[in-house]
Amino acid sequence: MSADTSLPVLTQKDFASDQEIRWCPRCGDYSILAQMKKVLPTLGIPRENIVFVSGIGCSSRFPYYMSTYGMHSIHGRAPAIATGLKVARPELTVFVITGDGDALSIGGNHLMHALRRNVDLKIVMFNNQIYGLTKGQYSPTSPLGKKTKSTPFGSVDRPLNPLSIAISAGATFVARSADVDIKHLTSVLERAANHKGSAFVEVYQDCNVFNSGAFEFATKKDQKEENCIYLEHGKPLIYGKARDKGVRIDGAGNPDIVTLSDVKEDDLLFHDETIDDPTHAFRLAQMRWPDSPEPMGVFRAIERPTYDGEVDRQYKDCIASQGSGDLDKLFNSGDTWEVKAKS
Amino acid sequence: MSSESRESSEQETAESETPVESQAASKELQTVESVVIRFCGDSGDGMQLAGTQFTNVSAVFGNDVSTLPDFPAEIRAPAGSLFGVSGFQLCFSSGDIYTPGDEVDTLVAMNPAALKTNLADLKRGGTLIVNEDAFDKSNLGKAHYDSNPLDDESELAAYRVHKVPMTRLTRDAVEGLGLSVREADRCKNFFALGLVYWLYERDSKPTEEWVKSKFGKYPSVLEANLRALKAGYNFGFSTEQFTVHYEVPAAQLQPGKYRKVTGNEAVAMGLVTAAKLADTELFYGGYPITPASDILHELSKLKRFGVRTFQAEDEIAAITSVVGAAFGGALAVTASSGPGIALKGEGIGLGVIMELPMVIVDVQRGGPSTGLPTKTEQSDLFLTYFGRNGDCPMPLIAARSPADCFAMAQEAVRIAVEFMTPVFLLTDGYIANGAEPWKIPEVDGLYRVKVRHPKESNGNGDGFQPYLRDENLVRPWAIPGTPGLEHRLGGLEKSDGSGNVSYDPDNHQLMTQIRSQKLEKIAESIPDQEVDGPESGDLLVISWGGTYGAVKSACAASRRQGKSVAHCHLQYIHPFPKNLGEILSRYKKVLIPELNSGQLWIIIRAHFLVDAVSMSKVKGKPFLIGELCSKIDELLED
Repeated sequence: MSADTSLPVLTQKDFASDQEIRWCPRCGDYSILAQMKKVLPTLGIPRENIVFVSGIGCSSRFPYYMSTYGMHSIHGRAPAIATGLKVARPELTVFVITGDGDALSIGGNHLMHALRRNVDLKIVMFNNQIYGLTKGQYSPTSPLGKKTKSTPFGSVDRPLNPLSIAISAGATFVARSADVDIKHLTSVLERAANHKGSAFVEVYQDCNVFNSGAFEFATKKDQKEENCIYLEHGKPLIYGKARDKGVRIDGAGNPDIVTLSDVKEDDLLFHDETIDDPTHAFRLAQMRWPDSPEPMGVFRAIERPTYDGEVDRQYKDCIASQGSGDLDKLFNSGDTWEVKAKS
Repeated sequence: MSSESRESSEQETAESETPVESQAASKELQTVESVVIRFCGDSGDGMQLAGTQFTNVSAVFGNDVSTLPDFPAEIRAPAGSLFGVSGFQLCFSSGDIYTPGDEVDTLVAMNPAALKTNLADLKRGGTLIVNEDAFDKSNLGKAHYDSNPLDDESELAAYRVHKVPMTRLTRDAVEGLGLSVREADRCKNFFALGLVYWLYERDSKPTEEWVKSKFGKYPSVLEANLRALKAGYNFGFSTEQFTVHYEVPAAQLQPGKYRKVTGNEAVAMGLVTAAKLADTELFYGGYPITPASDILHELSKLKRFGVRTFQAEDEIAAITSVVGAAFGGALAVTASSGPGIALKGEGIGLGVIMELPMVIVDVQRGGPSTGLPTKTEQSDLFLTYFGRNGDCPMPLIAARSPADCFAMAQEAVRIAVEFMTPVFLLTDGYIANGAEPWKIPEVDGLYRVKVRHPKESNGNGDGFQPYLRDENLVRPWAIPGTPGLEHRLGGLEKSDGSGNVSYDPDNHQLMTQIRSQKLEKIAESIPDQEVDGPESGDLLVISWGGTYGAVKSACAASRRQGKSVAHCHLQYIHPFPKNLGEILSRYKKVLIPELNSGQLWIIIRAHFLVDAVSMSKVKGKPFLIGELCSKIDELLED
């Protein structure tokens, strides 16, 4: 074989569009964009087969800054748009870029249904716990008591737990990372991109203008290792700068923080992404800082048939078993009758 | 017929013991041109089925047919209640017909509530067939009858009344099959159908075949329905209660092969046809809603034609999935009714600004809000014409009859693809559920929509320009998967040519104009408006959508009386046909009858500054030919 059929090697730069980026300086979105551009060349997918679909919000400007196909759509609807695209064109790789307001407030219904159907979409939700584009109202993930422009006396809304929602909806891949935790974010995005089925990734993202420092516990070098548990498949839940603390399950089935010197490693909770039953992942998702150390990484990664794949299979099965549709036969089906010309 | 003759026929029934053969020979067969029948009963009585079967056998026989199913929104309303009455009216004829008829010739009423709610539509002298077994104290009470109307001579004196103990006779007929009383009673619609088959000389074979295919797995139910059908037929044949029966000869339809279609079936077939002939895939995203759901049902069966259907989580997901599929290059379609169309507004606007081909079918029903889900209306014209934020013009076409839905669905696809725009196709509950004969077309004679997805960049080295337009202002439909044409679309205003986000004031003015000018370009591609009747004269009647048949018939009736009345039926509402303004100027008066409060009337007045008169009816029912004729007369007298 003389002809070179291998794909051209793409680099980060090949995925940058010619548009000037208009996020605020030091916005966490820049880092997420940069990590995404790093991940895409590793996938071996031609640029023209990748589509980014977003809704409305700061994060949803993302597709304009990519050189792939893209759509900056309307508020909350990106998962539904992406579902239509993926069902019509199952061979494409489709990412959804969304935010906490877009995905969980106005678009909560679409997110839930995309996940339960297991449409093969990579959904990356930038969670900054604030409405940034509309200049600072509280969001469905803002903590109770949060003072914002629309809650001057503190929010009385209880926040949603995005990962619990995703796991409950039946998502087959659920993960969390943080904008400036570059290596971790890159690895999580890469895992999500390679997952077959709905992948839901929550990325803690700093809105330095309206909600600065909300995620310092998970991003500050001197804090994150004390506050976060970095999940590894098949490994026990151990954390702390000195890796001296761990999590085990107590008699009532609740996570219990222990000091490693007091317990055997085998008695700790071991992480398994592949359990079909969502209980383990859900339990991890319920562990939230500051009440407990907070897990980061891949919570759940299981295999299930995808919606678009099944639609495609039925479609092909019908053609295989019934033959490609014949209009003449269709028109002439049912009770027909002949009207003869008058002699 | 006088009340005396009714009495005597009842007595004869009670005494009828004479051999069948001699009786049948004595029965008179009259030939009539056109008959209107209405079956009515509880919503669980199987009246829709009886009506559909009668329609099928009449269509197969060669009559022209037109139907009006009329059922409550409640699936199983309390038995015997007035609001639970379900009816199916059909007209079958040896001549051309365009409506299911104004007045009913034969009314089949299965219980007192059905009689009470439908008797007013039976013409004087018409035939009334009632299931007298259902006229017990309980049912009479539920229908708010103080006494049994069947016992009151004056109440029914104007009609030929046939009291038939259908419940008892049906039970007798199915005896020995091991059916429960409840199961046996469910066969009485077939008894009624059999009786009416005899009355109108129908061949029951197609119905027998249908029963065999439907109940093949349940031999006793199959046998029971066949027996009930036969018992009904024989009852008419053998008892002296019925002295006359009728035949309606086959219609002189255009030679060719026909089948019966409902509007929703025809929409589905039209969409599949357009996609297949364009050699492309059809994506349908829909959410269940009355009366549009049948389009989803039909299309989901037709996957072999390259159809992918998606039952979305809500109306918004349905329309936005269509946006996504259109971006991906599919022929993307959704259908809904008023409440769903209201929810889809923002998604449709996204399709307009991104200039993607999409078809949105609105099967209109009574509104506002949930309104009258199972009743017809034309009141979504404003919603579809104007109902989006911003200046957001969209082509709007409307089907005029069940069979016309086939052509108009293809036309909607043509406009969408050739002009890169979302298109509204309006139908309504009346034509969606109504049926008529459809002349089966030759596939070769149908229009092939040309789908073009560019492969090469148009940017002269500057990268792909998604909003670079051709002479019709149409931008290229480049789709993901095409190397070198990567581009981003969005709901933000974009720069003409490059498609990049633009807040430039002059660009927004330009883009708004372009979106509007596209409609003018579409006007160049649609046929001139035709006029039925004199080219100029006293009165022009303008109609649109499902009122076509009634208005056409009324105008023709007026012309037969020597009146100068022309009819213009609009299938294109936005844009209007180019010659419409000129047509309007040729008549002294213009009448616009609509099943809304005058929506087209306002648009026509605004557009052409013509002093048109509105005729409005919003009762959830189609126009009667008679009421249109009266309005025409009234205008001509002024």
